[in-house]
Amino acid sequence: MSVELDVFVGNTTIMDEEVYQLWLDGYTVNDAVKVRMEGGVMDECEASKDVLLSDTMDQYRTFQMCERLLHSPAKLANQLLFQIPPHRQIMLIERYYAFDDTFVREVLGKKLSKGTKKDLDDISAKTSVTLKSCRRQFDNFKRVFKVVEELKGPLVENIRQHFLLSDKLARDYAAIVFFANNRFETGKRKLQYLSFQDFAFCAGQLISNWTVGAVDNMVEDMDVDLDKEFLQELKELKILITDKDLLDQHKSLVCTALRGKTKVFIEMEGSFKNLSRGLINIAAKLTNTKDVRDFFIDLVEKFIEPCRSDRWSAADMKLYLTHYTNSAHILDTFKHQVVWDRYMGVVKSCIFKMYHD
Amino acid sequence: MPGKLKAKIVAGRHLPVMDRASDLTDAFVEVKFGNTTFKTDVCPKSLNPQWNSEWFKFEVDDEDLQDEPLQITVLDHDTYSANDAIGKVYIDIDPLLYSEAASVISGWFPIYDTIHGIRGEINVIVKVELFNDLNRFRQSSCGVKFFCTTCIPQCYRATLVHGFVEELVVNEDPEYQWIDRIRTPRASNEARQRLISLMSGELQRKIGLKVLEMGGNAVVGYLQCFDLEGESGLVVRAIGTACTLDKLSSGSAPNTNTHMHPNTAPASNACNSPSKDGKEPVFVEDLPSSSGPPTPFRALPTSSSPPPFSPSKPCSRQSSSSDTDLSLTPKTEEPHSVRCRPGIFLCPSSPILSTDTLSLPGSGSVGCGRGSNPRATTSAPLSSIQSDSALLRKSVSFTEDLLLAASGMGSGGSAGKEAGPLRTLLRQQTQTALEQRGASSSGLLLNAREFPFFTLTSFPPGFLLHVGGVVSARSVKLLDRIHNPDEPETRDAWWEEIRQEIKSHARALGCHAVVGYSESTSICEEVCILSASGTAAILNPRYMREGCLDIGCTDHRFEEPSPPNCGFCHIPYDELNMPFPAQLTYCYHCRRQKVPDVLFTTIDLPSEAAVAGKGCLIQARLCRLKKKAQGEANATAISNLLPFMEYELHTQLMNKLKLRSMNALFGLHIQISVGENMLLGLASATGVYLTALPAPGGIQIAGKTPGDLSSEHISSIQKRINDTIAVNKELYQINPPELAEEGVGSPIPEPRHRSRLFRSHSESSDELSELDLSHGKKDAFVLEIDDTDAVEDIHSLLIDAPPPTGFYSCNTENMPGISNWTSGVQMFTSVRVLRLSNANLTNQGLNKIFTDLCENLLKSFYFKLRSMIPCCLCHLNFTVAVPEEELIQVTVTAVAMTYDKEQTQEKTAEKPVNKGSLEAEEQLQFPLELCADSSSSNIQTASKISGVGESTNMSPRAASVDYGSFADRCSTWLELLRLKAHTIRRGSVKTSRRTQSLAHSVSSLERCSPLQEGRSRSLRSSRSFGGSSVTVVKMTPLSFLPGTRIIKYLGIINMFFIRETTSLREEGGVSGFLHSFIAEVFAMVRAHVAALGGNAVVSYSMKECVFMENPNKNQAQCLINVSGDAVICISETDQESSASTANTGQTGGSETDGAT
Repeated sequence: MSVELDVFVGNTTIMDEEVYQLWLDGYTVNDAVKVRMEGGVMDECEASKDVLLSDTMDQYRTFQMCERLLHSPAKLANQLLFQIPPHRQIMLIERYYAFDDTFVREVLGKKLSKGTKKDLDDISAKTSVTLKSCRRQFDNFKRVFKVVEELKGPLVENIRQHFLLSDKLARDYAAIVFFANNRFETGKRKLQYLSFQDFAFCAGQLISNWTVGAVDNMVEDMDVDLDKEFLQELKELKILITDKDLLDQHKSLVCTALRGKTKVFIEMEGSFKNLSRGLINIAAKLTNTKDVRDFFIDLVEKFIEPCRSDRWSAADMKLYLTHYTNSAHILDTFKHQVVWDRYMGVVKSCIFKMYHD
Repeated sequence: MPGKLKAKIVAGRHLPVMDRASDLTDAFVEVKFGNTTFKTDVCPKSLNPQWNSEWFKFEVDDEDLQDEPLQITVLDHDTYSANDAIGKVYIDIDPLLYSEAASVISGWFPIYDTIHGIRGEINVIVKVELFNDLNRFRQSSCGVKFFCTTCIPQCYRATLVHGFVEELVVNEDPEYQWIDRIRTPRASNEARQRLISLMSGELQRKIGLKVLEMGGNAVVGYLQCFDLEGESGLVVRAIGTACTLDKLSSGSAPNTNTHMHPNTAPASNACNSPSKDGKEPVFVEDLPSSSGPPTPFRALPTSSSPPPFSPSKPCSRQSSSSDTDLSLTPKTEEPHSVRCRPGIFLCPSSPILSTDTLSLPGSGSVGCGRGSNPRATTSAPLSSIQSDSALLRKSVSFTEDLLLAASGMGSGGSAGKEAGPLRTLLRQQTQTALEQRGASSSGLLLNAREFPFFTLTSFPPGFLLHVGGVVSARSVKLLDRIHNPDEPETRDAWWEEIRQEIKSHARALGCHAVVGYSESTSICEEVCILSASGTAAILNPRYMREGCLDIGCTDHRFEEPSPPNCGFCHIPYDELNMPFPAQLTYCYHCRRQKVPDVLFTTIDLPSEAAVAGKGCLIQARLCRLKKKAQGEANATAISNLLPFMEYELHTQLMNKLKLRSMNALFGLHIQISVGENMLLGLASATGVYLTALPAPGGIQIAGKTPGDLSSEHISSIQKRINDTIAVNKELYQINPPELAEEGVGSPIPEPRHRSRLFRSHSESSDELSELDLSHGKKDAFVLEIDDTDAVEDIHSLLIDAPPPTGFYSCNTENMPGISNWTSGVQMFTSVRVLRLSNANLTNQGLNKIFTDLCENLLKSFYFKLRSMIPCCLCHLNFTVAVPEEELIQVTVTAVAMTYDKEQTQEKTAEKPVNKGSLEAEEQLQFPLELCADSSSSNIQTASKISGVGESTNMSPRAASVDYGSFADRCSTWLELLRLKAHTIRRGSVKTSRRTQSLAHSVSSLERCSPLQEGRSRSLRSSRSFGGSSVTVVKMTPLSFLPGTRIIKYLGIINMFFIRETTSLREEGGVSGFLHSFIAEVFAMVRAHVAALGGNAVVSYSMKECVFMENPNKNQAQCLINVSGDAVICISETDQESSASTANTGQTGGSETDGAT
C-alpha cells in the first residue's frame, strides 16, 4: 500500500515561508521534513510525519513550478497560473534572489563562467552551503549579469526594475556584477578578513564615482566599466610624489594639521612618504586592467597593513586621510584638484570601510 | 441570422519558443466558429506578438451560438513545413447571450495545449450582437439564465418556481472511434474537448427550451454531468430547477422604492448570517402590504424587463429531445395557460403572457387543462417498475428511515423481507395518490408534476413545511453501445425509472416533493450504477398555485403554521400508518407535533432551524471486495452487494452521529463507486443537534456471547465511547436548552416515549456510564459485539479524530453554529491516489485503509490551512473512484473560511434573522401540483394539540432583528436608496418580535467596527493587487463569499479539459503532472471569469477528475470538468470603492448596476 499520487492545489497558492527557505537552502524533502519536525511545527496542528511529508512535497512542487517564473520576476506579476498575493510575490522574489554572504564572498570577482560553476562543489564544501543552493545563487548572479550587461542607464536601477528587488538587494547585485565584470581580486589570503558587505560598499563607491555613468549619467550605457578617461587622468597625480617640493610641502601641511591630535603622530610623520607613494602609485597604475584587478589587494598592502602595524586606530586613519586629502588643495602648484577629489573620495571611504580586523 | 459574433485578436504574451534557431516564434491566430475560419497576419519573430487584428465577424444562428464555442488556435508559421500549433482557447459565448449578464468578453486567456499545458496567453475581445427572433419554431433558448447555485441567487427574486427540468444527450466518444488509431493524441483530445463543449452547449440549449416552455427564464441548481461510458459512448446529462427570476436591480426606474425589497442588500448583514440572509431576501417581495391579489403592474420590475424571448415563445418543439413527458403534451394544452392563471401572484411576466395566451384557444381559464393527464398512466407504482424492468436491474432503494428501522437486523435478507410489506404499502399509497391526481390534477405542468423534484438545497423561510427523510434509489445497468445518438431513449428510460422510484419513496413518506435532489453515476467497464437521492418534503401549499384543491384546504395543520424553527422536523407521514417503524416524540420545541428521533436530509440546514452548538462533518466509509466478473454476472454481484453497503453506511453514520451527540444530518451525500474488484462507499453529511428533536441516546455495548470476550474488555470499550461522547459534546458546544417540565409538558401516550425522555434526562446529567440496559435495546442504541469484526468496527468508529482546535468542518453551505465569517477564503482541490499492493486484502483491512486515507486527507487540510485558524472547512466534497484494479482515488474540493472567534458565542445564541414567514409566503408561488397525500392524517395530530406552553416554544429562539447589521447595511451605497423601505419594514418586524433584540443589537453594534476595519484592510490589499495586470478571482464552492455582496451574475462557467503527457517523469511524476494540470484549470477558470468582467466564482465544483496513468510507458492522461457561476461581487462595507469598482472594473459589465 503506497500513496501513488498526492496533490493539494489552492486557488490562492499556499506557500509556507519556512518551507520555502528550506527549499532555497537546498534541503531534500526528507531533510526538510526532519528540520520541520525539530522546529515543532507538528505540535501546532496535531500533524503526523506523513502529513508533514505530504505538505512538504506539495510545497516543493509548487516552488519548482514557480521557479521558471522567478527567473524573470516581472512575469510573476502577470502570469495566470498561480494566484499569489502581491506581498507574497515580493517575498518569493526577494528570498529567491537572496544569497549567502559566505558563498558570494567566494565567487566575488570571479568570472561567472561554466568553469567557475564547476568549482561550486568545492565552494559548497568550504562554505557548507548546499550545492543546490550554491547553484541557484550562482545562476542568479549570472542571470542578473547577463540582463544588465546589455542595458543602458544606472546599474542599480536596472537591476531593481528588471528583477523587482529591494534597493538593498539591488545594490548588492550591482556590486556582484561590478566585481565580476572588472574581475577584482578578492580571494587572496590578505583580503580574507574582508566581508562581502565591505566589498559591496566599496563597489558602490566605485560605481557612483569612477564609472562612466558617474559623470555622464544615463547617456552612456556602461555603469559597470570604469571611466577610462578618468583612469588616464589619474597618472597626472604622480606629480605629488615625483615632485620633491610638492611632496615635502604636502607632508608638512598634513603634519601641521595633525600635530597634537593623535597618539601615533610620530608614526604618521614617519610613514607619510611611503603611504603617499603607495596611494598615488595605485592611482597611476589603474590604466592597466591587471592593476585594476589588484586594486583592493594594493590598498591593503600599500596602505592598510603599514598603518595597522603602526597601530593606528580607525579614528587616526580617518583623521590622517582627511587631512591628507584636504591639504593637497592648498598646494599651489597642484592643478589636478578635481581628479584628486574624485580619486581620494573613493579611496578614503574604501579604506575607512576596509580598516578593521 | 439572428446573431453576429465578433472577435478581435489583440496580442499575445509569454509565448513559447517555437523556433530553436532564433529562440523566437512567428505566431499567427486562427479564429473559428462553426465552419467559418479567419486568420490573423503572422507576427514574425516575437514572443509577445501584437496582432491587433480587425474584427472577425461571424453571422450565425442563435442555436449555433448556444452550442458552439469560439475556437482560437495560436500557431507558429513555418514556411517550409506544416505550421505548428502552439495551443488553443475555447471561449463559451453563452454568457453574452442574455442581456443581464456580460456584454463583452475581453481579457487574457491562457493558451492551452492538451500535451504541453498552458503556453503563453492571448488577449481577445469577443462581442455578440443579437437580433430579436420572432420565429416561433426556433430551436434556441437564448436568454435563459443558468445558475449552478442551489439556492435562489443573491441578486434575484424568484417569482415562480416551475420545477424539475432534465435533459440528456449522447454521442460516440471520439477516443473510441476508429479514426483514433491513426490520429495523434493531441487531435484526439481536442476532438473530445470540442465534442463535449458542443454537447454541453446543446444540452443547455435544450434545457433552456424546456424552461421557456414552462414559462420560466432561468435554471437554478443546474447540475451537469458526463458519463464516460467508454466503448458505448459519451453521455452528457443535466438536471435543474426551472424558475422565473426577477433581478433585484437598482434600476433607474422611478418606482424603485416601491418595487425594491427592503432587504435587497442580501449579504449586507452577512456578518451575522451570510448565506441565510443572503438568500432570504430574494424570495420576499415588496412590502408586506402587497399581498393578496394585487396590482400586477406594481410588481413589474422596470429595470429588469422580462427576457427578450421568453414570453412569445410557443411550445412546439421539434428537437429530438429525448424525454417523453413534455412532447406528449397535447399542443392545445399549452404550458402557457398555466402561467396565466388568474394571478394571485405578481408574476412580472404574466401581463405579457396573458396577452399572449389569450390568443390561444382554451387557455383562458385555469381549470381548462384539468382532467386529462396523459402521463398519469405511465407513472406506475414502484413495485411494477421493479418487476417490469427489462434489463438486468436489481433495484436497491431505501428510504432513510426504512434503513433506520432495519438497523436492528443483521442481514440484508431480512431487509429485503422488510421491504415486502413496505412495497405493498407503497403501492397503496401511490395508487391513491395517482387516483387523486388523475381526478384533480391538471395535465399541463407535466414535467413539474411528474417529478416534483427540486435541485435546490436551501429555501426561503416558510417554504419547507416538513421533511420526511432521505429517499434514494440505485440501479445497476449493463452498458451497451448507443446505436443512434439522436435517440437516447435507453438512458432516458433508465433515469425515468429511478426518478419514479424516488417519487414513490417520497410518497411513502407522505411527502409530495423531493428537495435537494441530485443524480450520479459510477461506471466500471460495462457496468454502470445509476444513483439518485433527495429529501422527501412537504412544501407550503400557500406557495402553490390557487386551484390546487387537493391540497391545503383539507389540511388543518397548514392553517395554523407551525413554528418555523421546528416545523420542518415534524413528521409529514401518518403517525398511525407509518411506512416504517420509527420512534416518535413530541417536538421539543412546540410540543404539538411529532418528531422522529433522528432526521437525515440532503438539503442544507434551514436558516430558521434552531440548533444547539456547532455542526461537524460526519463520514461513513466502506470498502467491499467483490469477485472479478464480466457482464451480467458482474452486475448481479454488484447489485447484490449494494443493499449491504447502504445498510452498513447508514449504521456507521448513525453510530457516528450518536457518538457526537447529535441528532440530525444535513447535506447527506452517499457515493458508491464501482471498481473491478471492489466497491467503495462514502457517505458524507453535516451532523447537528436540532433542539426540536430528542437528545440522542448513548451507545450501549453488549457482548452477545459473553464467553467470547471478557466483560472487562466490553466495559473498557464502553468507557471509551462514553468519554468520546462527552468530549464531543464539549467540542461542539452542544448544550441543549434544558426543558423545564419534560415529563408533564405534553401528554405522552406510550410508555416508550416516557422511557426515552427519561433517558435523555439521565444523559444531560452526564451519567452516561450508568445508562441502564433495561431501557431496552431499541432505545439505547445497542451495539452488539459478537465477533472480532464487530470489535474492529467499533474501533474504527473511534478512530475518527476530531478536528484540531480552531477548526470546524462541514459539507453544507452554512456551518451550523458559525455565521460571522471574516474575509479569508481559500478554495482548494486535493487528489490522493492509493495503490493497494497487498493482493489478498480483507474487507476489514480495506476499510481501515480507506478510512485512514480519508482521515489523513482531512489532517493534511488542517495542517496546511493552520494559518487561517480560526477557520471552518465548508462544503467538503469528497468523491471516490477506483480508476484501476488496485487504486483508490479520493478527490476533495472545499473552501476554508475564517471566522471571528470572539463573536461565535453571541451568534449561536442569536438566531439568524427571521424574515417572518408571512412575508415570504406571499411572495412565492409555485405552480406545482404537489399532492399532500398525508394531509388528511394530519388533522388528527393537529387536533391533539391543546394548550401547550407557548413560552417553551419561543424561548430558544432569540432575537431576530439585528440593528447592528442594519447600521452596517445603511452604510452601503445601494442601501441608502432603500432606507425608507427599510424603516417601514423594521417597524413591522419590531412589533412582531419580542424583547431580547435590544441586548443583541448593542453587542452587534460593538462588533461592527473592528470587523469593518478588518475588511476594508483586506479590501485595500486586494485593490492594490488589482492594480497589477491580473484580476484577483476568488473561487468558492459556496453560493456566497463572506463579506461581499454579489451584484451581478455573469453566466455559468462549464469547462472541460483534457491533459495528456508522454513524458511523465520529466513533469515530476504523476503528482507533478496532476498538480500543474489542476493549477492550469484554476488559471483558465479565473481567466474566463476575469474576461467576463467578474471577480469571483461561486458554487464552483469539480464534477469530474478522471486520472489514468501508465508509468511503464511514461504516460498519463487526466480529464477534468469544472463548473460554477461567474459573478461580480463587491465588499459590502466599502461603499466608495464599490462604486469605483463598478466604474473602473473591467468591461462595462457593471455599469448597468451601478447606475444609481
